[in-house]
Amino acid sequence: MALLTDLGIAALRDGFRAGDFSAREVADAFNAAVAGAKALNAFIVETPDHAIAAAEQADRDRSEGNVRALSGVPIGMKDLFCTKGVQTTAASHILEGFVPEYESTVSARLWAAGAGMLGKLNMDQFAMGSSNETSAFGNVISPWRRSDGGNAPLAPGGSSGGSSSAIAARIVPGATGTDTGGSIRQPAAFTGISGIKPTYGRCSRWGVVAFASSLDQAGAMAHDVRDCAILLEAMAGFDPEDSTSLDLPVPNWEAALSGDLKGKKIGIPKEYRVDGMPAEIDALWEQGIAWVKDAGAEVVEVSLPHTRYALPAYYIIAPAEASSNLARYDGVRYGLRDLPDGAGLQDMYAATRAAGFGAEVKRRIMIGTYVLSAGFYDAYYTQAQKVRTLIARDFDAAWELCDLLLTPTAPSAAFALGEKSADPLAMYLNDVFTVPSSLAGLPAMSVPAGLDGAGLPLGLQVIGRALDEQGVLNAGLALEQRAGFTARPEAWW
Amino acid sequence: MSVDSATVRKIASLARIATSDAEIEAMVPELNNILGWIEQLGEVDTSAVQPMTAVIANTLRLRDDAVTDGNIRDKVLSNAPAPEHGFFGVPKVIE
Repeated sequence: MALLTDLGIAALRDGFRAGDFSAREVADAFNAAVAGAKALNAFIVETPDHAIAAAEQADRDRSEGNVRALSGVPIGMKDLFCTKGVQTTAASHILEGFVPEYESTVSARLWAAGAGMLGKLNMDQFAMGSSNETSAFGNVISPWRRSDGGNAPLAPGGSSGGSSSAIAARIVPGATGTDTGGSIRQPAAFTGISGIKPTYGRCSRWGVVAFASSLDQAGAMAHDVRDCAILLEAMAGFDPEDSTSLDLPVPNWEAALSGDLKGKKIGIPKEYRVDGMPAEIDALWEQGIAWVKDAGAEVVEVSLPHTRYALPAYYIIAPAEASSNLARYDGVRYGLRDLPDGAGLQDMYAATRAAGFGAEVKRRIMIGTYVLSAGFYDAYYTQAQKVRTLIARDFDAAWELCDLLLTPTAPSAAFALGEKSADPLAMYLNDVFTVPSSLAGLPAMSVPAGLDGAGLPLGLQVIGRALDEQGVLNAGLALEQRAGFTARPEAWW
Repeated sequence: MSVDSATVRKIASLARIATSDAEIEAMVPELNNILGWIEQLGEVDTSAVQPMTAVIANTLRLRDDAVTDGNIRDKVLSNAPAPEHGFFGVPKVIE
């Protein structure tokens, strides 16, 4: 029999139900894998006891004929989700030691579905970053290495880089992620896994440490499209605690999965052919076009004319919202307090925030504070929100011509740690293909589609209409069936 | 628009982040680089466009005006760095 840790979510769930193995065996196997993979630095806190308790409950439930959607399946939880009694830091020093008294809605739903938690996954600090180099708990390392024999540690992508690294290394079968401008899709592409960001409002933001509230959306990361559908079904759903939560039933995405795209029109946005994109990514995109045609779809060229303004608009809106959201870290209510001798309240705020936030977080708070400040608000923030309207309209116009969009996920394969960290702008450009759909709140997913010349994974992205996660998943499945992506990193950790 | 060190010092003060002179000097070119890049948004004609207020059309719900939570003082204070007598503690603010 294959190793239990080689199995994905569906296989674990089904094998557990069929009695092929116990939930406890599964939890033990993954706990051991997590404990043996410290070199990846994918976890901030490991929670083997949580996984074991859920597994023992699942085994009892099974003996009573009472299995739930995720009974027998342990997962990783991004450290942005508040977990009752388990430290939650958003990978920041300012929240080090913060132990929530409550559970986020998304994690509570997963535990109610029978899942267990293997640990809290490392990430970019406050989800700000594309390489996992901004964590206060050290870089996450990708399990992948270039095939040229070089051992340069590679970025697992970000901000959900602990999630992507852990799944690719098969030390968790699936994990939660959050996506503000690409933080599920780009790390999924970098590590050869699948990841879906649903429509804004599908997953509750309650109990998720806030970065940019009009963009933040939780989603699922796993080995394949089916596993993403299963996980997302358990995470999504209306929550009265979140004012932007959508009061809609959660479709049965897994049951309706179909890789048959007959009757679907797939748009290819011409503005996504950016200068300097590696030829391999262009070729993979062409291959993807051929695959969706083979699955029965009609392919049409579409135009999203404001695409080039999406990133600059994002880097006004997201920092502006972040500067407001992160005002709560004051050294009074929770987290770090730095009180220099003789300091007053204002000095305490400033000292606490100087000591508690990392450089990228400070940079974004500063930009946000500036663009929201008196005299600049209209020129920056209002203008960016107007451009955001135009970007959303571009998508609306495209939906007149097609049902889904197909693009590359990221403009490059994974880069080496340190390669881009000195230049914030170069790092921001990683999200060029993922940010526009985030600004419009649309569902989008990345699926692994091939390897580049250095043996590193590349992803393709499918973007859908609001609420059409099913269309996105189905097109993802059609790509997955044709890509036949089976490559995996060789264990060195 | 570009920022000078006085402006960066002012932003840091508004953001309540203590910064040394050396940090301010390092931030000036960094922020100018980013601000220069986002400046391109000014090219877009938005004279007839409303700023986005909701990314997905949604109606803000109202609920009954009733107490739904409370009596959890100790939980609220459990992560406070310096709670005192059942309150959040802060340094003296009135001389």
